[in-house]
Parts: sequence; C-alpha cells; structure tokens
Amino acid sequence: MAQRLNVLVCSGASCLSSGSIEIKKKMLEEIKKAGLEDEIRIIETGCMGPCELGPVILVYPDEILYKKVKKKDVEEIVENHFLKGRPVERLLYKSPETEKLIKKHEEIDYFKKQKKIVLRNCGMIDPESLEEYVALDGYEALGKALTEMSRDEVLKEIETSGLRGRGGAGFPTHLKWKFTKDAEGDQKFVVCNADEGDPGAFMDRSVVEGDPHTVLEGMAIAGYVVGASKGYIYVRAEYPLAIERLRKAIKDAKEYGFLGENIFDSGFDFDLEVRIGAGAFVCGEETALIHSIEGKRGTPRPRPPYPSISGLWEKPTNLNNVETYANVRHIILKGGDWFASIGTESSKGTKVFALSGDIQNTGLAEVPMGTTINELIYDIGGGAPEGKEIKAVQLGGPSGGCITKEYFDTPIDYESLTELGAMMGSGGVIAMSQDTCMVNTAKFFLDFNTFESCGKCTPCRVGLKQMYKMLDKITKGEGEKGDIDKLVELGESIKKTALCGLGQTAPNPVLSTIKYFRNEYRQHIENKKCSAMVCTDLLTYTIDPDKCKACTLCAQNCPVDCIDGERGVVHEIREDECIKCGNCYDVCPFDAVIKTTGELE
Amino acid sequence: MKNLEELRKLREKAQKNIKLRSQDAKIKVVVGMGTSGIAAGAREVLNKFINEINERDLDDVMVTQTGEKGMSSQEPIVEIREENKPTIVYGEMNPDKVEEVVEKHIVNGKVVEEYVVSVEEE
Repeated sequence: MAQRLNVLVCSGASCLSSGSIEIKKKMLEEIKKAGLEDEIRIIETGCMGPCELGPVILVYPDEILYKKVKKKDVEEIVENHFLKGRPVERLLYKSPETEKLIKKHEEIDYFKKQKKIVLRNCGMIDPESLEEYVALDGYEALGKALTEMSRDEVLKEIETSGLRGRGGAGFPTHLKWKFTKDAEGDQKFVVCNADEGDPGAFMDRSVVEGDPHTVLEGMAIAGYVVGASKGYIYVRAEYPLAIERLRKAIKDAKEYGFLGENIFDSGFDFDLEVRIGAGAFVCGEETALIHSIEGKRGTPRPRPPYPSISGLWEKPTNLNNVETYANVRHIILKGGDWFASIGTESSKGTKVFALSGDIQNTGLAEVPMGTTINELIYDIGGGAPEGKEIKAVQLGGPSGGCITKEYFDTPIDYESLTELGAMMGSGGVIAMSQDTCMVNTAKFFLDFNTFESCGKCTPCRVGLKQMYKMLDKITKGEGEKGDIDKLVELGESIKKTALCGLGQTAPNPVLSTIKYFRNEYRQHIENKKCSAMVCTDLLTYTIDPDKCKACTLCAQNCPVDCIDGERGVVHEIREDECIKCGNCYDVCPFDAVIKTTGELE
Repeated sequence: MKNLEELRKLREKAQKNIKLRSQDAKIKVVVGMGTSGIAAGAREVLNKFINEINERDLDDVMVTQTGEKGMSSQEPIVEIREENKPTIVYGEMNPDKVEEVVEKHIVNGKVVEEYVVSVEEE
C-alpha cells in the first residue's frame, strides 16, 4: 500500500544527543500499535538546522514541524496527528514576536531567510539511501559531465561560477583544479578535507552526515577534470556517524556503478576511500593532512610546492573542503551563470554557518554570500536570549577574529571579513553578549591553539605559549602595564614567521579583541576589573549585613568553610580564604551576597 | 551505471518513495479523521484516496488529514481544495465513492454533485 505520511526524524548529532533515536523507536512501536505501519514511513535524516529546537520531527506532506519532542509526547503525536489529523499544538513552533503558532516549517523565520544549495537535501532525505539521493537529481551532474562535457568544459563551468574554497581561505576552485590538471604526473589524487576542528563549527559534519553522496559526486567530478582515478576523504575520528555514512555511501555508489571502473561507460575510473584522522587540529592544514594520509606524523611542511603540483605521495593532488565539493554538482546541473548570480561581486553562491554562543536559534544556516551579520544573527539567529545585546561575534573560530556591533551591517564575503580582522574560516559564528569577557574568550582560543600547535616551528610552539601565559596573568589580576603592547608585538611576529596556517592565524583572536576591546584589557590590567564578571580571580564576594537574615544557607554551601556566623548572627566572608566559587551568591534567597569586581575606589 | 538513460530510470523509480516530500501539489484532498470520522470509516476512505492517486500517478495531488469538522452526521467528510476555486466538501464517503470522485473530480475536473454537502468559497 502507498504511504500517506513521511515522518522525518532529525538524527543530526545534536538531536541524537537529545534522544531522537529513542523517539524514533517509540514512534515505531506506537505506529504499530495503532495499525498504521503500512501508511506511515519513518525516515532518519541528517541535520535539519534548527538545533536549538531539537529533537526535531518534520511530517510530510503537510510539512508540520515538531520541536523539543520527548519520548512521552510520541503517543500523543501518533494518536492525535497521525491517526486523527490534529497536529499537537503544544509542540509546534511559536513565532517569538507574534506568539502565533506556526505549523509549516517553511514559514518559520529561521528557514525563511535561508537559501539552501549545499544543505538542500540535508534533513530531507534518508542519508543512507542512494535511491533517495538519486530521486533528487543525484549523480545526474556526474553523468552529464562524463557523457556530455569535456574536462575543459567542466572546468570552464566551475570558473564561470566563481566558486571559491569553503575551507576558509577562499582560493578560486577552478584555479586549484587547473593547476592539478596541468601538473605532470602518472598518478593524480583528489582529497576531501573533512577534518573540521574549529570549536563551534559543525557544517561539514552535517553535510557528510546528512547528504554524503553529494560529496562523493563532487569529488568524482573533480577527479574527472584533474585526471585522478583515486580519492581520499579525510575525516576526524570524532565523527563516527559521518564515517559510517560515508562508508555506506561509497559502498552503495560502487554497487550502482557511480564509483569504480568505466563510470557511465566513459572510460573514467574513480575510487574513493575514507581515511580517519586522530583529531589533531593541525591536520586540517593541507600539507599536514597529506602527511597524515600517507601514514606519517601530521605536521605541515613549507609551501611551495603546493599539493596541486606535489601532494599525496608527491603526486599532483587536488584538495578541497567538504562544502566546496558539495557545491559542484549544482553548478554542473544549473550552470556556472546561475551560481554566479547569487552572492557578491567577489564571493559567489552561499555559505553555511554554524551559529552558537549567546544566540537563541543555535544551529546551521545557509545564506547567500553578501547577507549581513545582522541578518544572520538577528533575523535567523533570533538575537541573544533574554533580550540581551550581542556585543560581538567571533567568526572563523580559533584562526578568526571578532567583529563588533558597529560592523554588523557588513555584507559577509571573503574580503569584507578579512578587512575587519576576522575571516570566513570554515563558517563558525559564535555570538557574544555583555556577559562575555573578551579577554577570557581570547584566552580560550589561544589555549586551544597552543594545545593544538604541532611543535614543528618555534614561533608557534614557543610564541603562543608566551602569549597564553601573559593572557593568563591578565585574567588573574596580575597583568602589568605594557602587557598589551607586548601581546600585539609578539602576535604580529608569530603571524609573520609561523610555518603554517595554524600559527599564522593563531594570534588573531587576541589581536582582534585588543583592536576592538582594548578597554576591557586595560580594565583587567589597571583596575583588576572584569565587567562581564567572568574572570573569577577578579571577583569579590561580600555579604550585605542589612539584607542577611543569618540563615546559614551560604555557610552550609561554602566548600572551603570561609563564611563566619551562625543562626541569628549575621554572616561574613573571610575574603583571603574565599575561592570565588559563587555558591553563596547562587544559594542566598535574600540576595544578600554581593558580587563585585575591580579595586574598590 | 552505463548511461544517463539508466540513471533516469532509476530516478523515476526512486521518486515514488519521496513523492510526499517533494511534490508541489495543486489539489489538496483533506480527509476528516476525528473520532466520529474514523468510526464512520474515514481511514478506509483516506487509504483509498492514497492508493487511487498513486496508481494513477497523479503527482500534483496531495492527500492529507484534519480533525473533526463539526458535521458528524455526514462523516466521513472529505474536502477537495484547489487554488482559486471554492472548496468542495463531500460527505458520507466510502471507498467506492472515492474512486468516482478521483475519476470525475480530480482527474476530469467535474464535481460529483450528488455527494457534495457544502461548497466553501475562498
């Protein structure tokens, strides 16, 4: 019998961790109980994007979106909606402004402003089904390229499209392909960088988990153009689901003959293999990644020669990011001109961003290049929770920088972000409200970079460590006059002298926060003050004797017993013993504990 | 995979499976599936619609359901909605009548007057 409902259960990593598998299981049971198993099909999809609302369930054909579904809600959904046709209203999305219920998922602001090219299939299809991918024009582009286009014609189409590398640096894709194509070599390779390591970035994972075939197809087309018969996808071990789905996709594609020998009877052979990285951040750098695939230690080497000339096993190698490959099939199908009509003068197409931090709608969003930061974080992201103001966003993760609210109307493209001292990076966007301490944030990223430094070159290994020590001192209230200038000087010289992209960009978070929030650094150093109340060493807890009811609650909760007083005797904190854990502040029912920062004037 | 022809054949087959998710429906068939509707046989009506429409490969027709409409005595109730046309409400449907409605109304655009219980202007 034909089905009448398709129930899409998001099984992106975020929904998985909030229990979507349990929900799916329960739903299968309930559907069986209601005798609906022939009428309803449940499909696990990749990430749908609005992770904040997860676990998310989307019901077709009505496109009804359920949010924050719990196991106990399933019975009601099956009984009332699937059987009786009444969607469960309390689980529908409500517009934050109008309080109006929104049933259709496309009417939700979060989706309305997006333009999906790369993520078109994500959350729509069963990523483990090659047939579903094919149903939505999958492998048509590969077929068209192999049977109807010459290698140069494909290359020309990519050139017309203006596609640039989505890994961060934005190098024109057609040039990379051309260099590899023109390079001399008996064997050439195509490599996909899926070693996504930026904290707060999960675009590539979502694409690979949600629509693995789109990456395979892009790589095969690249292989045809550059003349490679073999490719590798380098994925980090921390993405087990992505690895599993890629392997399944490769196996299925081989079975159907989209990979393997003589594809589309064109004489073109192409085979793919997954290689798993052990999670070293530096292996996202192309030369380190190549070393890692070769089985060597994942450290970078100086360039040139670039991988296009001498890459994997010293053979010409085309290396692109997941999102770059995911764009390729759409360009071949709809044409380079179509792609070039989207975006800005210098940056074409769309970009997928991962929104996180102090923002209401955390999740994935794909927008045309040229969308402003305002649109991204307010119209799609919904702004900071509780009506707080977003004072800055960090773009480009640990290699990027922050952008302050004065520049939020900047259209996002490769050039505009670099001008502002940030970078596109892979697309992580971390929103920061007034509650974020910029010095502490810079310290967090620098800590990450210092830890991930491979140690091969001195500026990165030693320089970052020294910068970190200085920042640590500042956040502990031991900063000295002149520290800021030292940080800038050291940071600039590391940028100029480090061997690879990691070191060359690692000081960015510090330099850009100093550029825009120098005052916060000064307050930490000169007044021992952290206005965001984040740096614990700069906080002082005292008890207001007028408000204290001497209930002993704070003293009971103090882990170091530094609160004097007893029932009926007003309490007092012995400051020299206080570890500033904040327990007393949190538990006091009378708001008698006061938190202050900065030297008392 | 030998050629584009073979790919397109595979695609046609596969598209049936995702039709519910990808269609751009012009006609919407809404079956009332409240308690009284189900008791009167709305599920059989709903499934008959689904099967008829699939067998006839009507890509631009979407079948969906709604709750009680407040016309319990005439259940099962079915609405046929079409853009820029009044909504036709059929009452006391059964699988045989469904076949007739699909054939005459949905395929050929002729309302089956004798089953109509109301006509709702847009």
